[in-house]
Amino acid sequence: MKPAPFAYADPDTLEGALDLLARAPDAKVLAGGQSLMPLLNMRLARPPLLVDIGRIASLRGIEAAEDGGLVLGAGVTHKRLAHDPAVRERWPLLAQAASLIGHEAIRARGTLGGSLVHSDPAAELPAAAVAADAVLVLESRDGGRREVAARDFFITYLTTDVAPGEVLTAVRLPAPPPGAGMAFEEVARRSGDFALAGAAAVVALDASGAVREARLALCGVGGTPVRAAEAEAVLAGRRLDEAALEAAAEAVRQAVEPEDDLHATAAYRRHLAGVLAVRALRRAGERASGGGEG
Amino acid sequence: MAGEELALGDVEREVRFTLNGRPASARVPVRRTLADMLRDDLGQTGTHLGCEHGACGACTVQVDGEAVRSCLMLAVQVEGREVRTVEGLAAPDGTLSPLQDAFWRHHALQCGFCTPGFLMTADAFLREHPEPDEEEVREALSGNLCRCTGYQPIVEAVLDVARSRRSG
Ligand code: FES
Ligand code: FES
Repeated sequence: MKPAPFAYADPDTLEGALDLLARAPDAKVLAGGQSLMPLLNMRLARPPLLVDIGRIASLRGIEAAEDGGLVLGAGVTHKRLAHDPAVRERWPLLAQAASLIGHEAIRARGTLGGSLVHSDPAAELPAAAVAADAVLVLESRDGGRREVAARDFFITYLTTDVAPGEVLTAVRLPAPPPGAGMAFEEVARRSGDFALAGAAAVVALDASGAVREARLALCGVGGTPVRAAEAEAVLAGRRLDEAALEAAAEAVRQAVEPEDDLHATAAYRRHLAGVLAVRALRRAGERASGGGEG
Repeated sequence: MAGEELALGDVEREVRFTLNGRPASARVPVRRTLADMLRDDLGQTGTHLGCEHGACGACTVQVDGEAVRSCLMLAVQVEGREVRTVEGLAAPDGTLSPLQDAFWRHHALQCGFCTPGFLMTADAFLREHPEPDEEEVREALSGNLCRCTGYQPIVEAVLDVARSRRSG
């Protein structure tokens, strides 16, 4: 249980890190290390060079943008995401999702960017980013800077759109829909374990209590986070009553394609996806302003 | 190619940091974990290793006051930082810290393998949450595994410290 030999560099500027990655295409980026270190310890990853981006101060910003959104540095830890006042005010969905990750000692080190790039299908933040319509900023020495929508970023199990030499540097969250309520719900076998499944919901209601906009994304039910567009469409213009929620759950159950694994059968995961979608949508609706009676 | 990539970084480094309030240093291969440096290079074997992949919490230490898994950090990452281990809890004359004393009084350990991790987790937690309720304590300790006690006496010991702080 010791990592295979590697070389280590910990540049204190982004330029320094991008230069190293351009010269060493097989290098691995080390962020908080809470997913990569286990892989190194078990020798499932054997990179020749580790580029530790933990000393780069410019990756740790949390900025309340003028448009009402947020710009989050990729190096922001889960612990900060969970407690930061600007995040809790504008995108409490991200704060809730972060507080469900692992345990406090994991959240103290693990980072937003690390979680998105590692892209475990059961992870909370990828699903929250997809529900938030987040835009991910990728930078490289030779390719410059490009932006990818979260919903296009996750390709398959543990695989994202990050190209060799690129670093995820920031996550831009647009302004949330006015008055929106948000909720993240999950079921895990033990506290702090990866979720068997989870659901991230954003709900905005009009004055009559009907759904003006609903967004729903799920984790743990496929190789990537799943945006449940059919369920969103089913809810548009309806009050969030039991019939509407059940129709959304049915749309979710039809949309997801979970697989059997050691932890749960596909049938159970499909069932769970429906249950969690209802819980998350209902709670988000309760939290939406004007939605208290719904 | 691998040779070239190796040349872009260090394979060995001298790490200087503060350990339990005193300056410490060690020359280590960069792949050495913080846990292994503490135990093997510095002889501080109070920090225990169970799973070596972040699942059990036995290796929990504090870095700049925050509880972290020392099996999931590289030794070189504590350069210039403040590390606290279980060896730093008791007073120099051996007087137990209030938390250690509560563990002792409540029989919160049997084999003791998990104890350093629980102590360092609970110590950091009580600093950040001086007046926790039972549910918060259980949540805070949920990342540490114990195969002996059934957890109840550990939770009681931590609550005892919180209570005596409130009344004291
Ligand atoms: S040894 Fe570090 S968490 Fe188990
Ligand atoms: S006292 Fe033996 S594992 Fe906790």
